[in-house]
Amino acid sequence: MFAFIIRRIIQAVIVMLVISFIGFSVQHSIGDPVRDMVGERVSEAEREALRDKLGLNDPFLTQYFRFVKNACYGDLGISYFHNKPTMHVILRKAPATIELIFATTIIILLITFPVGVYSAINPNSWFSRVVMGVSTIGVAVPVFLTAIILIYIFGVELQWLPAFGRGDTVNIWGWETGFLTKDGLLHLILPSISLASIMLPLYIRLIRSEMMEVLETEYIKFAWAKGLNRYRVWLLHAFKNTLLPVITVIGVEIGILFAFTLLTETVFQWQGMGFMFLEAVERADTALIVAYLVIVGVMFVVINTLVDVIYGFVNPMVRITGSK
Amino acid sequence: MVGHLLEVKDLEVKFALRFGDLTAIDGISFILDKKEKLGLVGESGAGKSVTGFSIINLISKPGYISGGSVTLDGVKLNDLTDSEMREIRGNKISMIFQDPMMTLNPVLTIATQMTETVHAHRNVSKNDAMDIALDKLKKVYIPSPEKRLFQYPHECSGGMRQRIVVAIALLTNPALIIADEPTTALDVTIQAGITDLLSELCETDDMGLILITHDLAVVSQVTEKIAVMYAGKIIETGLTEDIIKNPRHPYTQGLIGSIPGTQEMGKRLTQIKGMMPTLTDIPKGCAFHPRCDIGEQICRETTPLLESVDGEKRLIACHIAGV
Ligand SMILES: Nc1ncnc2c1ncn2[C@@H]1O[C@H](COP(=O)(O)OP(=O)(O)OP(=O)(O)O)[C@@H](O)[C@H]1O
Ligand SMILES: [Mg+2]
Repeated sequence: MFAFIIRRIIQAVIVMLVISFIGFSVQHSIGDPVRDMVGERVSEAEREALRDKLGLNDPFLTQYFRFVKNACYGDLGISYFHNKPTMHVILRKAPATIELIFATTIIILLITFPVGVYSAINPNSWFSRVVMGVSTIGVAVPVFLTAIILIYIFGVELQWLPAFGRGDTVNIWGWETGFLTKDGLLHLILPSISLASIMLPLYIRLIRSEMMEVLETEYIKFAWAKGLNRYRVWLLHAFKNTLLPVITVIGVEIGILFAFTLLTETVFQWQGMGFMFLEAVERADTALIVAYLVIVGVMFVVINTLVDVIYGFVNPMVRITGSK
Repeated sequence: MVGHLLEVKDLEVKFALRFGDLTAIDGISFILDKKEKLGLVGESGAGKSVTGFSIINLISKPGYISGGSVTLDGVKLNDLTDSEMREIRGNKISMIFQDPMMTLNPVLTIATQMTETVHAHRNVSKNDAMDIALDKLKKVYIPSPEKRLFQYPHECSGGMRQRIVVAIALLTNPALIIADEPTTALDVTIQAGITDLLSELCETDDMGLILITHDLAVVSQVTEKIAVMYAGKIIETGLTEDIIKNPRHPYTQGLIGSIPGTQEMGKRLTQIKGMMPTLTDIPKGCAFHPRCDIGEQICRETTPLLESVDGEKRLIACHIAGV
């Protein structure tokens, strides 16, 4: 297990270097920090002097290493629009996005596992047939359409749920959370259901097909032959084996979830990192764009490592050999 | 004689397929007394495994028991509810499967997979279940069983895993063990060990055994009775000694003829001319007649019944040899 974690950390560092390199290259080729810092009216000579002073005329690699070094201290440059360190801007927006993703994950887990497992066990029941039918269509419905339909029904027509913004939040040690107020929780419902909707059909189908495959194996037949209670066979013997491939896919799909926060946050005016990112793109705020990429990269790597550790706990093979 | 341990009567198993029902087991009957060992032999596809699974009513999906009965210790298993049947499985009747690499659940420890069986059938504490598990592991001669208990299947070799499966089968002191080719997937060097272990345990623990195998050599060393299956039917059955020395049915003769010296262990059966028909095209009359050397007109027309010959404990289904 120790070797496994060390290996994962090394991999994570490599991934982060790659992400930061790409991010930095983008900034290096399209961004102009000097424009960001001074106005249009400063003369070319003064700009050149400033460039020299800032080290912008240094070789590319020297600048890159400086960028990495600063990043390690939490300095990812200054946002041209906000006129503040990008890190501050992003950290203020991060809780909204993290809470959205967290709520979405909970919804996905609570729905897909019971439904997937049930329809694997009773593949011919009417419920399973309906679920399979709906999920076939569901795969093809784009998020913004789901979001707009939800907003229209629950926000506009029925007026049951708020459709824009985060609602009331509470500040706990600098973290603006919407989890602790009724208003905040109500505001979470529609965005998180919309975001979850892209994953629901996929996971239900995945869990169902993996579980059905497991149910055909010899060890499940042997479990039946031992006279075990059916719930033990389904929920322990079969389910634990179903988890392995599903966890692997979750690790991959989390990136897609992050990508879709851009859309969801925009549709719902959710003041998170995704919303901020699209604004930054509009304003050509390169430093902020790059900082966003790097920070999302860090989150992605952290979550993936967590997923792998969970995988290691479920799969006894990983613990022994230290590899998959 | 108070009653038989197991009585299978006119058992019929069908598979419900899209184009209609296929009969995989076509009315077989046999009897097993307490502590008796029966060898169920025949070529691949004869219906041996399906027979084994139908005894504990665990045939895989499109299959179902379409007729006949299975009686264990006077209890008709066909009439039991699901939960009553669950009380039989792994308790009164244990099964051992062919491939020990696939039989154990890869993500659960040996201890979990053993104690859960005990808990399913006995009202005992965790510690007692653990003690029972340990005791059975010792019984199948597993070195340092305390350590094994907390390992996962992939940490054990194939032969070791099959011993563990045998130990699991023993947990509840069953009256009957059905072993479906328990050594086929193992190294030749390990095979004898497992077979010896099984027959030893049957002696010491008073268990009945149904040993399913291709391998007549193994059967001749372990069992007292043999039933030879062909295309879903028993075509010859009797005492092992009699059948090995003096096979009467031409198919059995073919099987035995293909073992080089009845003493030699571990050889797979080689060929009788032709192949066993698939279920979809079982010929009219005696299913064996296209491959038979002594067949006559009647064999092509009527199916021979399994009948006793000259008052012996021997039954044969053959128009020619059965007379
Ligand atoms: N799930 C199934 N669906 C359809 N037919 C099946 C199924 N399982 C078994 N059969 C058929 O039942 C017949 C008997 O199969 P069985 O597995 O009992 O053979 P066997 O004697 O055990 O052979 P082997 O030595 O290869 O294990 C075969 O012809 C097979 O095609
Ligand atoms: Mg078989």
